[in-house]
Amino acid sequence: MTVEAQREALFEYLLRLGDNALILGHRLSEWCGKGPVLEEDIALSNIALDLVGQSTLWLEFAATVEGGARDADALAFKRDVLDWRNFLLVEQPNGDFAHTIVRQFLFDCFHVELLQALSKSANQEIAGIASKALKEALYHRRHSGQWVIRLGDGTEESHARAQAALDALWGYTRELFEGDAIDEMMMQAGIAPDPGDFEENWKQAVGAVLAEATLTVPDANWSIGGGKKGIHSEHLGFLLAEMQFLPRAYPDAQW
Amino acid sequence: MTAGHDWPLWEVFIRAREGLSHKHVGSLHASDAEMALQHARDVYTRRREGESIWVVQSTDIVASAPADKESLFDPADSKIYRHPTFYEVPDEVECL
Amino acid sequence: MVQSQITGNASEADEAARFQSKVDREIKIEPRDWMPEGYRKTLVRQISQHAHSEIVGMLPEGCWVTRAPSLRRKVQLLAKIQDEGGHGLYLYSAAETLGTSRAEMIDALHEGRAKYSNIFNYPVLSWADIGAIGWLVDGAAIINQIALCRCSYGPYARAMERICREESFHQRQGYEIMMSMAFGTKDQKRMAQSALDRWWWPSLMMFGPSDRESAHSSQSMQWKIKRVSNDDLRQQFIDMTVPQADYLGLKMPDPDLKWNEERGHYDFGAIDWAELKRVVSGDGPCNKERMTARVKAHEDGAWVREAAAAYGEKQRLRKQAAKIAAE
Repeated sequence: MTVEAQREALFEYLLRLGDNALILGHRLSEWCGKGPVLEEDIALSNIALDLVGQSTLWLEFAATVEGGARDADALAFKRDVLDWRNFLLVEQPNGDFAHTIVRQFLFDCFHVELLQALSKSANQEIAGIASKALKEALYHRRHSGQWVIRLGDGTEESHARAQAALDALWGYTRELFEGDAIDEMMMQAGIAPDPGDFEENWKQAVGAVLAEATLTVPDANWSIGGGKKGIHSEHLGFLLAEMQFLPRAYPDAQW
Repeated sequence: MTAGHDWPLWEVFIRAREGLSHKHVGSLHASDAEMALQHARDVYTRRREGESIWVVQSTDIVASAPADKESLFDPADSKIYRHPTFYEVPDEVECL
Repeated sequence: MVQSQITGNASEADEAARFQSKVDREIKIEPRDWMPEGYRKTLVRQISQHAHSEIVGMLPEGCWVTRAPSLRRKVQLLAKIQDEGGHGLYLYSAAETLGTSRAEMIDALHEGRAKYSNIFNYPVLSWADIGAIGWLVDGAAIINQIALCRCSYGPYARAMERICREESFHQRQGYEIMMSMAFGTKDQKRMAQSALDRWWWPSLMMFGPSDRESAHSSQSMQWKIKRVSNDDLRQQFIDMTVPQADYLGLKMPDPDLKWNEERGHYDFGAIDWAELKRVVSGDGPCNKERMTARVKAHEDGAWVREAAAAYGEKQRLRKQAAKIAAE
């Protein structure tokens, strides 16, 4: 494998990490000022801040790997839909609080596993960012997991809403564990794990919480993926249109 | 809370640094203990103000009444023999 | 915290004299201490109004979180709005020590019985407005709040101290945004000037009516709920802000604004009190949007709050049952 191909693969891989964190952080930031209770508003903002912070680190590193032609802001604000590498799960709209929490929980359980593996990466930079992010992700999982239990084991209405959210989002989780050529190259280089490796751990972690929440693991016979290759849902375009509007409308401006 | 009900009120105590005792910093609402702990973390330690948190449901705190202040605390004023400066010892004797 | 029975048999007049003497000697009043009903009422009104302002104030800035133009600006703004949520929470907690629940206060806000700062009823049109809000609105708020750190009511004073400590970065953040706009491209400079033009007068109104007209001022001064007069605080704000605008190369939207050597202060033009009255009583450009957004968030969250309460109750009963089973 050429050094060039290796570099391009690493860049792609870092975009995936950065894009997942940024898009999910952005979605959470949409809750700002609209939470079900003041304390929870603050909690959701905290998680959004963690994720946008993580995305900045990943994208800065991606920009360095790319060669410095673009910086992290250019990667965040000047790429169009086809160049985004996040999972479909994280770009799904917030919906009600149950959708937001279930989406978060499914991702957090994956995120913890991924970051645990990445903190042992042969690439020191990646290992460093992952170790820092892992502390945050562990807290995120604790927060969202507790809420899944409260909603599932709360009232009839909250149970129904949580189950509906689970059923609606479950089909997007397949994508989290499907490796491709980029993953394969990262694995070979000792940089990143095979995502398939922690599917079992994920299922167990998710299953344990759902059981306590008296929720049913969906028997989904559908799954949609493609985010890692830039094939997204229609939602992402609107999110980007809003997020990128200023730097695109005034390309010469510094902010 | 829709019909004018809040989740229970909790008092938050934070240990700012190792070696210090927990200090009351404020209160918040939470529906269970784990939530109270998480909210306390998110609300009161955003700037690394602590390294340990206690939360106590406000209704569990027993407080002395303001009207009892004089009878509870003034009697200690006259017990000056509880303070080291009450005792006279020669300057040349050390370690006292 | 816990409600106390008032014990002792001192007469109301004795208690009132003792209370005022404590206030005069700068001894803080604490939740369970005796206090005149008017003092309690004034505090609940003022603190809850202050809390509501923080919460409603999250909305105009919140509408730019998803459009912040860089990663750095995004986290800064989100952290600032989050602080405001925290400040609302500290203030509601302080008001709750006076025996009014947060739910009651929020109901009063949503039903239009409680007020919040007039400033949040203006639209946030461009990114420069986010800068102007941090610079002017937070700047004005800080001046008000520093004065309140010496308020006679302990929980309010302590909340204000914490808020002042946390808020010091807000104004700097706002000014930094104003600098990037005022020293930026032609378009950016235009946005900066427009923001100053629109936010200057409402910021001056944030200090409230002139002391000559204010219904509550003198009693509040005697109780040391209020420590400095509205007009003095306003003057302090103007004197502080004019040189900052000069540095940005922006023009103040007040032709009468000029330094008065003799007074050692800036003279300024007449404030449109009719506008303040109109906005406060519900006819500002965004009053309805703000309240609709607040009420919607509250109503959309009702099932969540009920679910958590139900779960908390189940937990309590389970623990109780386990304890009984163990005995």
